[in-house]
Amino acid sequence: MEKRISLPLKEDVILDLKAGDKVLLSGTIYTGRDAAHKRMIEALNKGEDLPIDINGQVIYYVGPCPAKENEVIGSCGPTTSGRMDVYTPAILEQGLKGMIGKGERSKSVIESMKKNKAIYFTAIGGAGALLADRVKAAEVVAYNDLGAEAIYKLEVEDFPVIVTIDCEGNNLYDTQKERYKELLNQK
Amino acid sequence: MREVHVKEIEQAVSKLCMEANFHLSKDIKESLEKSREEEISPLGENILEDIIENANIASKKEIPICQDTGTAVVFIEIGQDVHIIGGDLEEAIQNGIRKGYSEGFLRKSIVEDPLIRVNTKDNTPGIIHYLIVKGDKIKITLAPKGGGSENMSALKMLKPADGVEGVEKFVLETVDKAGPNACPPLVVGVGIGGNFEMAAFLAKKALIRPIDKSNPKKHIKEMEERLLNKINTLGIGPQGLGGKITALGVNIEVFPTHIASLPVAVNISCHVTRHKTIVL
Repeated sequence: MEKRISLPLKEDVILDLKAGDKVLLSGTIYTGRDAAHKRMIEALNKGEDLPIDINGQVIYYVGPCPAKENEVIGSCGPTTSGRMDVYTPAILEQGLKGMIGKGERSKSVIESMKKNKAIYFTAIGGAGALLADRVKAAEVVAYNDLGAEAIYKLEVEDFPVIVTIDCEGNNLYDTQKERYKELLNQK
Repeated sequence: MREVHVKEIEQAVSKLCMEANFHLSKDIKESLEKSREEEISPLGENILEDIIENANIASKKEIPICQDTGTAVVFIEIGQDVHIIGGDLEEAIQNGIRKGYSEGFLRKSIVEDPLIRVNTKDNTPGIIHYLIVKGDKIKITLAPKGGGSENMSALKMLKPADGVEGVEKFVLETVDKAGPNACPPLVVGVGIGGNFEMAAFLAKKALIRPIDKSNPKKHIKEMEERLLNKINTLGIGPQGLGGKITALGVNIEVFPTHIASLPVAVNISCHVTRHKTIVL
């Protein structure tokens, strides 16, 4: 069963989400990947404000394809989250509550997620066409010169994700891999 | 001597860029269908269903299967009896990439300098492998390759004494390390032998062979099958969220090597392993 969740994430919702839950997200999310993260951290280090108010928000690690005529956005599946790990704890300290990506996170990211009560969702890597169908509006709100790496504000409807690391640090990657490894080696 | 105009090559490359990114090839599609039946994890099965649906949407709407439309990797086999006319071959190929990525609304993912990192905004330069062969034809294969899976690839110079066991251990370690990052189910390209750069080239070349075709050498074919079975007991599963289907296929290419060497390269690719060929 999938849980339908409206964004921004409320604290009681965050506390209730458990690793393994299938979720459909609706509302506003912001995109950001390598180059945008680098710039955000440079801004924070200089004592400047971030170009968007990240408090309570969700970031989607994605660099979309350009939109064809009459389309809102091009294909837009998740990119590998681990490349953002060096930047993530500082963004979580700014109040970020959710991240959508694919792949593993570092220990320091998971520790910061536990401290700041945040969720790591994953979407299906390589399912960019299917996910683009769930994006209803898209506009660039910062770093336009970065092209596909700019920060977009997206309005999504029933955007399918899986809670992969919850705010207590339970990690679906670890538990499921071990479980199936054992099962497959019994046979 | 047969003449081929560079404009024809440019057009062909442009078309291949789009077709490879919109339409998942038959071998991968059939393997995904089969894998869905074999998957033991319910979540894994759902993921495989979504991956198949995604490919269908992309093909129908003519949009990229994956937003990472990749580095444009080009293998071009030029018959020695062909005379290319009308301009510069390299420029024609790069223009074809430029055109295909622009007209196909494909993502531009190339930065001009690996350290300064400013986007070239037209996805050039592609990476071109030229091969001179017999005959009077030109065969072009375009294999767009995503960064996420490429990043999980590895090369190791083994000792001859490491043998089959050492090669298989290294392949398994590399796949295990790739885990969920490389978008499993994977296609694993392996190059064994040659030297340092040849092993990497062979691993890439292995990825453009359809996964339903085995290496013609019996002992290599058996290694492909054995490795696929072993990879599919690692537990990583679709998207790394647990299950049986960690890889769809293992393709191995080999080449003679030095008496002191046993180079092995593993080029990791995702479930959107793309390759499209045209003969001019």
